[in-house]
Amino acid sequence: MPPRYLLRVTEQPRLAEQNAAVLLPEPFVRWFGEKGWSPRAHQLELLAKAQSGQSVLLIAPTGAGKTLAGFLPSLTELADRPKRKPGQAHRGIHTLYISPLKALAVDIERNLGKPVEEIGLPVAIETRTGDTPSHKRQRQKLAPPDILLTTPEQLALLIAAGDARRFFEDLRYVVLDELHSLVTSKRGHLLALGLARLRSYVPGLQTIGLSATVAEPDELRRWLVAQNPPGTMAGLITVAGGAKPDISILDSRERVPWSGHSARYAIPEIYEAIKQHRTTLLFVNTRSQAELLFQELWRANEDSLPIALHHGSLDVGQRRRVEKAMADNALRAIVATSTLDLGIDWGDVDLVVHVGAPKGASRLAQRIGRANHRMDEPSKAILIPANRFEVLECRAALDANYLGAQDTPPLIKGALDVLSQHVLGVACGGPFDADFLFEEVRSAAPYAALERETFDRVIDFVATGGYALRNYERYARIRRNKDGLWRVSNPRVAQQYRLNVGTIVEMPELNIRYVRQGRGMAGRGGPVLGKIEEYFAETLRPGDNFLFAGKVLRFEGIRENECVVSNGAGANIIVPSYAGGKFPLSTYLAEQVRGMLADSDRWKLLPEQVADWLRIQQEKSVLPKRGDLLVETFPRGNRHYMVAYPFEGRLVHQTLGMLLTRRLERAHARPLGFVATDYSLAVWALDDMAASFKARKPSLGQLFDEDMLGDDLEDWLNESWMLKRTFRTCAVIAGLIEKRYPGQEKSGRQVTVSADLIYDVLRSHEPDHILLQATRADASAGLLDVSRLGEMLSRVRGRIMHKHLDQISPLAVPVMLEIGKESVNGGANDTLLMEAADLVEEAMGSGHGSNSRKSV
Amino acid sequence: MNFSLSRATLIAEADLVGIAGERAVCDRRGVLYFPDLRLLAVSDLHLEKGSSFARRGALIPPYDTGATLLRLQAIIADYQPRIVVSLGDSFHDGGGAERMHQSFREHLEAMMAGRDWFWVAGNHDPDAPADLPGETVRELAIGSLLFRHEPSKLRVEGEIAGHLHPCARIVQRGRSVRRRCFAGDGGRMIMPAFGAYTGSLNVLDRAYAGLFRLETLMAYMLGAERIFAISGSMLRPG
Repeated sequence: MPPRYLLRVTEQPRLAEQNAAVLLPEPFVRWFGEKGWSPRAHQLELLAKAQSGQSVLLIAPTGAGKTLAGFLPSLTELADRPKRKPGQAHRGIHTLYISPLKALAVDIERNLGKPVEEIGLPVAIETRTGDTPSHKRQRQKLAPPDILLTTPEQLALLIAAGDARRFFEDLRYVVLDELHSLVTSKRGHLLALGLARLRSYVPGLQTIGLSATVAEPDELRRWLVAQNPPGTMAGLITVAGGAKPDISILDSRERVPWSGHSARYAIPEIYEAIKQHRTTLLFVNTRSQAELLFQELWRANEDSLPIALHHGSLDVGQRRRVEKAMADNALRAIVATSTLDLGIDWGDVDLVVHVGAPKGASRLAQRIGRANHRMDEPSKAILIPANRFEVLECRAALDANYLGAQDTPPLIKGALDVLSQHVLGVACGGPFDADFLFEEVRSAAPYAALERETFDRVIDFVATGGYALRNYERYARIRRNKDGLWRVSNPRVAQQYRLNVGTIVEMPELNIRYVRQGRGMAGRGGPVLGKIEEYFAETLRPGDNFLFAGKVLRFEGIRENECVVSNGAGANIIVPSYAGGKFPLSTYLAEQVRGMLADSDRWKLLPEQVADWLRIQQEKSVLPKRGDLLVETFPRGNRHYMVAYPFEGRLVHQTLGMLLTRRLERAHARPLGFVATDYSLAVWALDDMAASFKARKPSLGQLFDEDMLGDDLEDWLNESWMLKRTFRTCAVIAGLIEKRYPGQEKSGRQVTVSADLIYDVLRSHEPDHILLQATRADASAGLLDVSRLGEMLSRVRGRIMHKHLDQISPLAVPVMLEIGKESVNGGANDTLLMEAADLVEEAMGSGHGSNSRKSV
Repeated sequence: MNFSLSRATLIAEADLVGIAGERAVCDRRGVLYFPDLRLLAVSDLHLEKGSSFARRGALIPPYDTGATLLRLQAIIADYQPRIVVSLGDSFHDGGGAERMHQSFREHLEAMMAGRDWFWVAGNHDPDAPADLPGETVRELAIGSLLFRHEPSKLRVEGEIAGHLHPCARIVQRGRSVRRRCFAGDGGRMIMPAFGAYTGSLNVLDRAYAGLFRLETLMAYMLGAERIFAISGSMLRPG
């Protein structure tokens, strides 16, 4: 089989051949001829643009030969470069390739090596990742390869080295793969700053971005080049999508459940589909769902088909084995989370099953692109909604895909914690001039609007922590000398920087260590099965059974940084919840779903049972018009309920729920709690909220007024565990506290200072500190989706439709079923302590209780 | 009998615990107060921990000393103790007192004025703090109580120690709550760390091995408004 990125057929062979003869050196033309291939039009177009000195963004679907296109300018140039004579100085790197995944770099090395060898090019290609041994890194510094394949973190490290300028002085191209996924995170900010630095070393540097289809290509085009003048853009080549994918929504024989995420009802039908295809890739949104689906599939697996599991918490060795088996076509099905989202090319997948709603139209398109990795054949996919609202969401995503609509998130402003890290990195690389660096930083698109005052505060932060109490001048990490240049004050600073580089801050995790059953904590260490988040392990009792890596494990205890487990069994099996991996519903899809609810003509496309559900809702209550917010109130038991349907995703609803409860509390409606799903939220109270609305104490409009985003939000945010977690991430990235490494946990609590304590102290003494500013920016952009909540509240102003009912409506059932399933993370921890203390009192009699006389 | 003292409104009979015949209040703010002796004990202030880290390149906010002193001042104002015992590791390192900002030093001295103040030597600060009043001692015996920084390996009735920064953890309704705590078994009491940047170590950790009779171990966990007395059998490691 030929390498996948080359294609035998082109749409315009004649044009391509003519161009090829002009643009390609002779050995390339000969090689294409020998293979019976011709270069594709966009590959030649990119080459032509690059040769004319442009930077280029190539947007193409999977399988279009993007990778070869990206490297053609480098390879043709390197082919013409005279050989280095013995004794001549080594040349620097010619081309830098940067990808978000280590595995991708390795994959490219393999796939690019073959044509380079066959064409007979004198080109050395090497990878440099966190796994590269130090002797190889040193050798790469002395004798750099022509093409270096690496990651954003490694680029940051190379820049922070003293010889960076020399190392990069011959650099011609930077190829950025999977650019659409790189730019949306803080890694993208770090990379953008790194690129700006490279452009200072080599002013003529050209970039080539490779991306899947995105909503706003111009954002990426700006990202690729210096914003000097602002708004400058790279050239653009767009390859139209290949064959339209063949996507369907499972029209199940079974009843689609009201709520839940397991899609257990569809297992027999999924299994049937696996049997009918060569290799099926099953995508889910979270690791917990992956574990559950895998378990259920094996329960149904009467034919013992080879079905594997792949998610980010599993041990690396285990993941590599699955990937290899997949590449060898030895598997019939793989259950996977987003770890497999990116463009790694494995195996012959002929069906993608998406279990659960895709949450975004672009995400769905990219995942489906995994199937049948050839542009000319249609990919086949089945969507399995896990509940009724997800049916609507799947339908909306499917329509969007046929329309070619994109809903990739907009890029966010460059983060200040990342900038701090970069400034220190630059100083580690050599002295810098603040004016010059400011201009350089502003040439990176995410920082184009950075103000000088903010930049100076970042420098101050890097130097002495930037505190109003100027206590740390003598401990400065960087200092400005008489020549006006900033330098690191001692070599230790650079060492510390190198250990902490990067923007990926993991939640504290424990290794899962397997021991033989019956040995308890005394058991000798067996293999490590993967990692689990510490906060989950902390809620387990010895003897609890939980699901991990497709096995039922018995929790034995925590030993240092390990969670010790043995074989488990039993009926009460817990599925770990993971903090990450929950995607919010995209704004675009949310709007589509609201549109679908409002338009009964479109219900024809829905499965009958779902259309019925909507019809009954219309009879018993009402369906909101597109753009309106429906709020239902009804009594149930001895409680009063309010259910709102904003369709803005769980995060927005959680924030909204928290704020609404605060307001209702102030209005003495005595709210008791709330629960949120991706589509709606329910608040319950002792008092009749409908009566309060009627008496305008408060009115519904007042309750949902945008001013809740002021003080209420501020108060709640400051106490929020989410903000503390965000602060920790910012503090680590900014270099205020160090990353936690495995093995340090033991002494951790006593030796280091926890981020929570620093947060509390800083917040009460210097609430405007730059790191708190960065934390709030992060929280409102990503974590809490505050801006989205704000847009929603302003959208529904004057358009809230209140419906008072005698009983629960059909639309309210899904969210009502969630009540009691999850606890809301509030501040009520003291209540739990009180319960525990009371238990003691009850069991031991008075004298041990907390309010009576104690004997110690 | 209604117990009454100068600031007696703070102290209800019910809140008192007995330690080797002495009555004490486990204050939810993390200090012990002995009303009969008018003695306040506080442990592991770790003043100037921030600057200690800054010296080594981690520029964490320099407000810990101020924050710690402010909290301590409020407690002293409440109880108006005659004697204050700082149970060791009062400074995060030997140079701490010297590095302390002048304003903090003045703050501390104002708090010390008019009372007997004992600096018990700790492992972080074995020597007397530079240029500060107060008496530095290795250990201090008052009545039936013995104040020292590190708990001794042998069982000592009435020993009040710090050093280990105890915290305790319970799991209730699937949620884990970890708090600093006083830990006692009827024989000795280990105090929670008071400093703003001090971490904590679970009372079930190995470091506490042999210090307590497990059957009578109680953790007095610090709550937002009160202390919660939790028996050892309810506690979880980690």
